[in-house]
Amino acid sequence: MGKTYAEKILALKAGLDDVVSGQIVTVRPDHLLTHDNTAAIIGKIADELDAYGIVHPDLPVIVLDHVVPAANEKTALNHKRIREFVKRFNVTNFYDAGAGICHQVVIEKGLALPGSIIVGSDSHTCTYGALNVFSTGIDRTEAAALMLTGETWFKVPGSIKIMLNGALPGHVSAKDLVLQIIGDLRADGANYCAVEFHGDISGLSMEERITISNMGVEMGAKIAVFPVDSVAEKYLESLGISKASYAGLWSDPDADYLCELNYDLGDVRSMVAKPHTVDNVVPVSDVAGIEIDQCLLGTCTNGRLSDFRIAADILREKQVSPRVRLLILPASRTVMHEALKAGYIETLTDAGAILLPPGCGPCLGAHMGVLAPGERCLSTANRNFKGRMGCKEADIYLASPATVAVSAITGKITDPKQFLG
Amino acid sequence: MSKVWHYGDDINTDMLFPGKYTYTCSTAEEIIPHLLEDLDPDFAGQVKAGDIIMAGKNFGCGSSREQPALGLRAVNIQAVVAKSYARIFYRAAINQGLTLIECPEAIDAYRDGDDVTLDIKKGWIEIGRQRFTFPVLPEAIIAIRDAGGLLPYTRIKLAEANQKNNS
Repeated sequence: MGKTYAEKILALKAGLDDVVSGQIVTVRPDHLLTHDNTAAIIGKIADELDAYGIVHPDLPVIVLDHVVPAANEKTALNHKRIREFVKRFNVTNFYDAGAGICHQVVIEKGLALPGSIIVGSDSHTCTYGALNVFSTGIDRTEAAALMLTGETWFKVPGSIKIMLNGALPGHVSAKDLVLQIIGDLRADGANYCAVEFHGDISGLSMEERITISNMGVEMGAKIAVFPVDSVAEKYLESLGISKASYAGLWSDPDADYLCELNYDLGDVRSMVAKPHTVDNVVPVSDVAGIEIDQCLLGTCTNGRLSDFRIAADILREKQVSPRVRLLILPASRTVMHEALKAGYIETLTDAGAILLPPGCGPCLGAHMGVLAPGERCLSTANRNFKGRMGCKEADIYLASPATVAVSAITGKITDPKQFLG
Repeated sequence: MSKVWHYGDDINTDMLFPGKYTYTCSTAEEIIPHLLEDLDPDFAGQVKAGDIIMAGKNFGCGSSREQPALGLRAVNIQAVVAKSYARIFYRAAINQGLTLIECPEAIDAYRDGDDVTLDIKKGWIEIGRQRFTFPVLPEAIIAIRDAGGLLPYTRIKLAEANQKNNS
């Protein structure tokens, strides 16, 4: 019997010849990602840090992104403590406020290498599956223990195979596809599982794959992973990473799966996740006409250059509806620079968008862009839970950048097909 | 008899502990007043040591925030019993020493007002007069939980390794 990606990488990293689904293995992850919660993490192990220090200065990757710039004295003090920690232990990979959202920064800095293991104290750490990384979220306590020991355990997951056939229609994006998959599998459909994407992936850009892997956790997955192909190799090369510096892994053709799902990409339509769960997915046409108060373009799901290009193309020489606030947050400083150079930021702000610094803030109600009771937000983010954007009496709808941009013009949820054909 | 707090499917981390407090509350004292705030406003004020939470599928889905597990452990919840758990929450519970039981049959059998008793070590739960069994955790995981969570467990391991290096 062949092996899945998860079985192969966990056997390799655990130094075992063979592992089976359900087995518990001990591994040493290549990186540990933490963000603003680093302050809480190191606060748990102050005495141990004094006694033993951190296991290795290359292990942590620390990115300040959740409340940036600091919103108040408490968050400012958190950031200050993190900077002191970074200096004290010579942490190699530290990115201060303004660099961007951790998941985008990890990728841009070339830290997400195919065939590596990355754990992070953030649920969307699964994002790097797009680059063939076994990456998954952990909690703060586990991150604290990892800082000290560099070691953790995994139960070898069973795997789900998602076969993609054909190509997405012009106005439909990877976000619509992943919403469709989550709607089908439901929020717990891939619970504890590794999700592998197979088939016609060559038509999906790296940024599209990143969007898909990013939302793996919203179907409950431990990892959501793609193979390394020429698209991935070229992308890594553009980041200055040569083929010689990584070794991707992929499943055998006769590997055993819990289930297999097939998608004809040509049939995928523009989708929306309605409040208050990510699996409450319907075609945009089902909710078209619902009035909205705020639109959000950004987040670790859809804040990359291609997302800004799509929105700019739609909003060029148009105006955001007077009833709508359109917030735009590039996923990183690099994305912001590129979007500035390409004129997308100017196009969007001319249309009435409000530019926020690269970061996570509004997505989790932690900083800026908070909603009022009774308001509705249409967002490119990955979660629409009750209270997510800081107000439990507000509604959040999730959609693609195209749907958000088109709806920002009309002031109500609108199918981009009408605009883009 | 333990009080049972009964909830439905897909109870997410924002319902268990609102995201807006994640960067201002990290200790048990700070977390407890906001536990389950957007799900059940009575919970934080009324929960007592030994109480049991019964819930549907995918309990703890959403963010990687550990405050719900930390807080529920701090108020000495006897166990959370659910049909299934989201994986990060499941790990977080082990790391905090909070007992989670996965037993869909027990949840299906439970009606409001039923007495609930359970034995973690033997792996059974009784709903009224019906007894259901659930799988006992692997030894490696029980060791972490029984040390009181991952940090106490890690402290013991580090001290042992240190002693070995010095001897």
